[in-house]
Amino acid sequence: MAKQAKNMGAQLKTLRRVMRYIRPHLPWLLLSLALALISVALTLYVPILVGRAIDCIVSAGRVDFDGLGSALIAIAVCAALTAGCQWVMNTINNRITYRTVADIRNDAFAHIQKLPLKYLDAHPAGDTVSRMISDVDTFADGLLMGFTQLFTGLATILGTLIFMLTLSLTITLVVVVITPLSLLVANFIATRTYSMFRLQSATRGEQTALIDEAIGEAKLVAAFGHGEKTLAQFDEINDRLRECSLQATFFSSLTNPCTRFVNSIVYAGVALTGALAAAGGMLSVGGLSSFLSYANQYTKPFNEISGVVTELQNALACAGRMFELIDEPEQEPDAEFAQTLCDPQGEIAIRGVDFSYTKDRPLIEGFSLDVKPGQHVAIVGPTGCGKTTMINLLMRFYDVDAGEIRIDGHETRDITRQNLRSSIGMVLQDTWLTAGTIRENIAMSRPDASLDEVIAAAKAAHAHSFIRRLPDGYDTVIGENGGQLSQGQKQLLCIARVMLSLPPMLILDEATSSIDTRTEHRIQKAFASMMQGRTSFIVAHRLSTIRHADMILVMREGRVVEQGTHEELLEKNGFYAELHQSQFAG
Amino acid sequence: MVFDLKKLFVYLKDYTRECVLGPLFKLLEASFELIVPLIVASLIDRGILAGDRGWIVKMSLALVLLALVGLGFSVTAQYFSARAAIGFSTKLRHVLMAHIQKLGFAEIDRLGTSTLITRMTSDVNQVQSGVNMVLRLLLRSPFVVFGAMVMAFTIDFSCALIFAAVIFVLCVIVFSIMLMTIPMYRRVQHQLDSVTAATRENLTGVRVIRAFCKEEGEVAKFTKRNKLLTGMQQSVGRISALMNPVTYVVINLAVIALIRSGALKVEAGQLSQGEVVALYNYMSQILVELVKMASLIILLTKSVACGGRIAAILDVSPEQQDGTMRPAKDAPRGSVVFEHVSLQYPGAGDESITDVSFAAAPGQTIGVIGGTGSGKTTLINLIGRFYDATGGRVLVDGMDVRKLSMADLRSCIAIVPQKAVLFKGTIRSNLLWGNEQASQEEILSAVHIAQADDVIAGKTLGLDEPVEQGGRNFSGGQRQRLTIARALVRKPEILILDDSASALDYATDARLRRAIREMDNPPTTFIVSQRAASVLHADLIIVLEDGQVAGTGTHEELMNSCSVYQEIYSSQFSQEEVSAHG
Repeated sequence: MAKQAKNMGAQLKTLRRVMRYIRPHLPWLLLSLALALISVALTLYVPILVGRAIDCIVSAGRVDFDGLGSALIAIAVCAALTAGCQWVMNTINNRITYRTVADIRNDAFAHIQKLPLKYLDAHPAGDTVSRMISDVDTFADGLLMGFTQLFTGLATILGTLIFMLTLSLTITLVVVVITPLSLLVANFIATRTYSMFRLQSATRGEQTALIDEAIGEAKLVAAFGHGEKTLAQFDEINDRLRECSLQATFFSSLTNPCTRFVNSIVYAGVALTGALAAAGGMLSVGGLSSFLSYANQYTKPFNEISGVVTELQNALACAGRMFELIDEPEQEPDAEFAQTLCDPQGEIAIRGVDFSYTKDRPLIEGFSLDVKPGQHVAIVGPTGCGKTTMINLLMRFYDVDAGEIRIDGHETRDITRQNLRSSIGMVLQDTWLTAGTIRENIAMSRPDASLDEVIAAAKAAHAHSFIRRLPDGYDTVIGENGGQLSQGQKQLLCIARVMLSLPPMLILDEATSSIDTRTEHRIQKAFASMMQGRTSFIVAHRLSTIRHADMILVMREGRVVEQGTHEELLEKNGFYAELHQSQFAG
Repeated sequence: MVFDLKKLFVYLKDYTRECVLGPLFKLLEASFELIVPLIVASLIDRGILAGDRGWIVKMSLALVLLALVGLGFSVTAQYFSARAAIGFSTKLRHVLMAHIQKLGFAEIDRLGTSTLITRMTSDVNQVQSGVNMVLRLLLRSPFVVFGAMVMAFTIDFSCALIFAAVIFVLCVIVFSIMLMTIPMYRRVQHQLDSVTAATRENLTGVRVIRAFCKEEGEVAKFTKRNKLLTGMQQSVGRISALMNPVTYVVINLAVIALIRSGALKVEAGQLSQGEVVALYNYMSQILVELVKMASLIILLTKSVACGGRIAAILDVSPEQQDGTMRPAKDAPRGSVVFEHVSLQYPGAGDESITDVSFAAAPGQTIGVIGGTGSGKTTLINLIGRFYDATGGRVLVDGMDVRKLSMADLRSCIAIVPQKAVLFKGTIRSNLLWGNEQASQEEILSAVHIAQADDVIAGKTLGLDEPVEQGGRNFSGGQRQRLTIARALVRKPEILILDDSASALDYATDARLRRAIREMDNPPTTFIVSQRAASVLHADLIIVLEDGQVAGTGTHEELMNSCSVYQEIYSSQFSQEEVSAHG
């Protein structure tokens, strides 16, 4: 019971969130409600008209054709009006549903932009995608069904009650007493199935994550002949999904037969009491016919409503997962009086910085560094010594745990992220390109750049020659993450991207790792002129490229163990010297 | 369109029993429902008009009995339908996954990852609910509709003709709406793909997007695609929304016609009042079923569209044909020969590599060096037959790779790709990728050779340290060394390091190369690199430029004869070093 209550609480909370999204569409919602009322009233009036018509045709020779004619015309008018109202109502409901869903998706997407990298680094992309796409889809289906059927259902119940009361009190009582049974049944089933649907959703998420991995890295899977093993893993989840889907689907599909059974009982009850009343002369045959129609119409919405309730539960479970994503705390917003650096010089001061990814594994402790404008800092060290962490901190992808980083004397936390990041040009180890043309990709930092400027940047990055050879040159459309471009070509594009904007500070993370040394040699020259007067951090392994740095940071296990120029460090004969010696060890 | 789906229905075969029993029980339930108006008619004519109260009670009890039996039948039907639908979708997902794994790289490149993911997830879900609904309702509704018509014929022939006419008109309406909406739903789903792609891309490129402060632009792009999707959904919704109102009007016109002609017959004494009520009740039943049908058809059109998208994937057949031969028993293991090999990727304007020839003997180290886009990765992709050469042939262990079974071929090759990717699981589960049967010692020795001892030592759980998706909880260098270890666990005859040392410092890189050379049975090792230092000591160095071989030979030979190699070397080492090592 406690669990059920908790479920209910969670559902209510989600429902309130959904309502908040619907609020902007309130006028439409009210219009839809009004149309639902009109069409229901008209629909309910039709059986009375039919009853009247039937009463006009008692037996041979006793047919009242005048009364019949007017009743039939009335039916035609009602039907036409009902149809009109229904169509407009459905269209409005579509509109509300799809726009609400679009709003939720937009919010979620905008929210992802503000989520801390800590969250995104820790959650599989596939799971997030599944929340944004298939969960929202299921939610839309449920919401649409809810709108179209919940209104009309409720209105039909009320309307039927009123119409029935005008016909006969006792028979109405029979209907009213038996029908709530179907609600009880429906509610019983719905509460049981909510947790099954949630489990189904979660299992689907798990499966999507695996699919994402297996298909995203299909080449590796093939190379290692790991297909069968992956398939076995997939099948294991698939089997679990089958079990929980079967349960969720079967138990939720019991709602209809059960409520239909209750309806049939109601129908039998009405037939019994109504026929007895008619036999006693208290009701006409036409009246009984109207009543039986009503008994059907009255109970049908209960059916539908319970169906809708199940669907809504499913929808709410999905919406819940969606809102979990939207509710994920955002990264700390920019300080209220955050400044923008005008004409930043690139003086960087790092003071006593502590940082770790997980609380129990300290990584960087008490790190300090002063960089004058235009100086070049090289970061070297064995693999996994925490060099990329420095980038995370400088770009404020992660915030420091203690200490501070200052640029031109301003604490980075007092500068807007946008301003900070646009003052730093970055080329990352993991190249990333967006689906679009080559030109769009290069002009990412400055969408207004002219084609000439883009070409100039590409030339400076030595990307021009390969771009020119592509089928459509700069307008060649490349697919998701670069499609068939080689790793090196992608990296050249990433470099061209930075060449175009030339910010006052640069971060080059193994920027040249996939480019052959000849191209690299040329790029070095371009870089040298680009780095002229720009504060630069270079994470690289090639000692020859960092020899001329103003400062070399030698890192080991998260700490800066040595600091100085190439000559100073060699003279010191410490860790750096050891690294340097091993360069040509075979 | 129905043709597409045949391919999918095959997977319902295991559930033939369920597929028959589900609808069958539904039909039984429906037939009991069809008796109801007859009972009511007799209740009116014999009970009310003739004043037989005992008959009224009896008939009411009969109604309760019918309801009870109907409940039993329909619960059974629901169970069988759910089983069939879910069994079907489970099977379908399995088949899709297996099929996608069989696709060649060229096909996967072309299809794109996100569309494959939507098809495996949301499309399959949609088809599942479609199958479930079809089994539950698709037979039932037409059965009730036609059943009602047949029952009407038993009451009065000319009135029943009205039923026949109505059913015809309704069929026309239902099918035309369906025909209009199916292609529209397909477009909606296509647009949903594009929204999925935008989301995925945003997640994978989050660092770059933030570095370039592109968040707002991304949101704008997403909003635009999303808006387009919403617009498409609304326009298809408007047409679908016609179904109910139009059928409602048609049915009511039929009711009017029915009562009017009924009235004439009653006046003439050919029909009783109770029978007119029964006819009207049958018409109402048709209406109720049609409402259900309408919502079913909306769902169904979506499902058909989704099913078509799934079938389209299953239609993509891998272009490569698997070979069946095995290398001769006495053939030397680990030899690789290229004979005038060229490759042009599908859709590419020019060959990526042209006329490449070389021979690598077992145990040798082959260096592949060259500029960006010079064809290095292409060359090594041909060894494992990830693409088929468009000219010349590739021989492994003396056999044309196209004649070898792909599984055999790849089982003797281990690749360490440029991009170091680990999979969700533990370090151990990742290393076991190379060889399921590897013992603890074999794993540890591979880790040792890959210079990854400290990676394991640095983790509290050692080999059992969890790995998150993509290996995000490891640094680039750690991942790279683990991927090398993964390849070594395989004890391959041919080891391919595709620029795999790029995230390693020189010292680690050098120790790694030495360790591989000192292995007991050293594999034929291909080292693809940008660094002259990495290939310096190779038995054979292949220098590529723009897809052509610019030179082959040892370091010394190339330093004398190959200007491209000389340029690479001197760009990397300072003058003193060139004279010291050259």
